[in-house]
Amino acid sequence: MIDLDDMDRAILRALASDATLSAGALGRQLGLSQPTTWRRMKRLSESGAIAGRRLVLDRAGLGFGVTVFLGVTLATKGRVSLEDFERAVCAIPEVQTVQHVLGLYDYRLRVVATDLSDFERVLRRRIMTLPGVGQVDANVLLSEERRPGPL
Amino acid sequence: MQADDTDRRILRHLQADPAISMAELARRATVTEATASRRLERLRTRGILKGQEALIDWRKLGWEVEVSLRVTLDKTNPHAFDEFTAAARLVPEVLEIQSFLGRVDMRLRVIARDMAHYQDIYRSRILTLPHIADIEALMHIADIKRGEALPL
Repeated sequence: MIDLDDMDRAILRALASDATLSAGALGRQLGLSQPTTWRRMKRLSESGAIAGRRLVLDRAGLGFGVTVFLGVTLATKGRVSLEDFERAVCAIPEVQTVQHVLGLYDYRLRVVATDLSDFERVLRRRIMTLPGVGQVDANVLLSEERRPGPL
Repeated sequence: MQADDTDRRILRHLQADPAISMAELARRATVTEATASRRLERLRTRGILKGQEALIDWRKLGWEVEVSLRVTLDKTNPHAFDEFTAAARLVPEVLEIQSFLGRVDMRLRVIARDMAHYQDIYRSRILTLPHIADIEALMHIADIKRGEALPL
């Protein structure tokens, strides 16, 4: 576990909303010198506290009108290995995230499609044909917001 | 359509490696540097490219527990969605708030330092949120695919 002080937390908060900030610009915001800010940013990246960057894109503007969350239960646990399912599901471009979960489902998938009929195509041709797939439960995303979290 | 094939190709390469230099991005997308930078500027102006966020690894910061709480609301109250969402925003451990059309109405992504801490948040901050009719939990074990890349 990485120990953070208040300044580290302020840097994380700033980068979580804009990862392109330079050490100079961020330092000016926080009243730190450019080299000090740069060293702290480097430590946050190298320690893995910052796992990477994500582009924030307008999905609808790029033609992706539908986002659906699928809860997938495997039908034949033990017979088809989890690795086979995971390899196949990760290879589907429309599947944005795959989470292994414990509870009502085995996996939770985030899927994008241009519209509902495109989603139906992805579901029938790509999801339902995955090795070991059993029941699939779908929820269409209406709105979403990300929160800064406990920093 | 607001983005053509060249825009998509540039975004695809930028999405795969967001910290890339403009020169390298141009090379991978097989356009000139001037074109790449002009296209990105246009995508920003049109609101297609809204920015870049750093992804925080909460586990590395000592937040070991992650749970998806799927909530069904009491829809007899017309303000149920708004009031639930407003109250959920006040819980610092809530990282995402999503609303759905389907079997569940809302989903909260919640993190906690350990199971005891999670139980505390669940009892004192989550179950006290307004208009909950039913709630079910999915415990997060592992991210198999992450980053939410779009199939551009």
